Amino acid sequence: MIKGSFYILLFYFLGEMLSLLIHGFIPGSVLGMILLFLCLFFRIIKPENVKDVATVITKNMAVFFVPAGVGLMVYAGLFSKSLATIIAAIAVSTVLTIITVALIQESFEKRRLKEKKNHE
Amino acid sequence: MNRLLEQIRPLISSEIFLLMLVMGTFLLGVYIYKRTKITLLQPLLISMLIIIPFLKVAGIDFPTFYQQTRILNFMLGPSVVALGYVLYEQIEQIRGNVISILTSVFIGSIVGILSVVLVAKIFGADRLLIASLAPKSVTTPIAMSLSEKSGGAPALTAAFVVICGIFGGLIGPVILRRIGIKSKIAKGLAMGSSSHALGTARAMEMGAVEGAISGLAIGIMGIMTALLIPFAERLF
Repeated sequence: MIKGSFYILLFYFLGEMLSLLIHGFIPGSVLGMILLFLCLFFRIIKPENVKDVATVITKNMAVFFVPAGVGLMVYAGLFSKSLATIIAAIAVSTVLTIITVALIQESFEKRRLKEKKNHE
Repeated sequence: MNRLLEQIRPLISSEIFLLMLVMGTFLLGVYIYKRTKITLLQPLLISMLIIIPFLKVAGIDFPTFYQQTRILNFMLGPSVVALGYVLYEQIEQIRGNVISILTSVFIGSIVGILSVVLVAKIFGADRLLIASLAPKSVTTPIAMSLSEKSGGAPALTAAFVVICGIFGGLIGPVILRRIGIKSKIAKGLAMGSSSHALGTARAMEMGAVEGAISGLAIGIMGIMTALLIPFAERLF
């Protein structure tokens, strides 16, 4: 547990440091995630070192959002005033994202299947 | 009644009570969600719906609540970092598909950000609202830090992320069927990159491969969106 916490905080810290270097262009936590992934992938650190802690905190992640979510009470006015905008923007964007991602991925797979057949 | 409230206020605005309240309402939320299986009844949403009126009645303001429960908010950072491990665990799923996955999520991310910003602009939204909407497709902790960085309100973003997840979770499978998607990878990828964990929960119902790919898509979408938002900020 302590080892895992140390590693997670270490990568968080490294991420924050990197974020500072690039003037906060990307949040430190996201950079920490990328660094951790790369170090695991290139076997710089062992997966067992972070497995326990990483599993526990990601499995129970949703509860960490509560304080920020309650902050919605501060924006209740803006939220209800702009409800139509919010719903429209989210609906259009979500549908477009689903279609784009699915079609591109499937066209890649189809093309590869065709190439395979042509080879045979 | 008011006298009593005055007397117990120091106690009910303590860290102990407020943290207990968060955990308790969240647990209740998990129970209700599991019992009813209604996508709309997310534990986070239930917890918020109980805590907000409670704070109003008890006369505890948001800064106090936020200060007392800051340990939970702090944990958002480490949990994003920990996603790096989750991503690593799923790496086996994508052998041979790396380029197609990165390409489709990258373009999906561009389309997602541009469309949400444009529609909001057409409706006359201000910068605060647009900046809070832009990262709505990614997992909450990443979305919240992106929102904060670009001048949005993390609390609003948290709400938008949930709305987006619920909407995508409901409509996603319908759209994928409508446009005739057969590939399991394409289905999982579309669900995870459009609607994060809620989309992944639905993808799990389609199958194990779809679920795992969807989980992977959450991480990739988070990274892509983090890289793209600073450029999109010019449009806000």
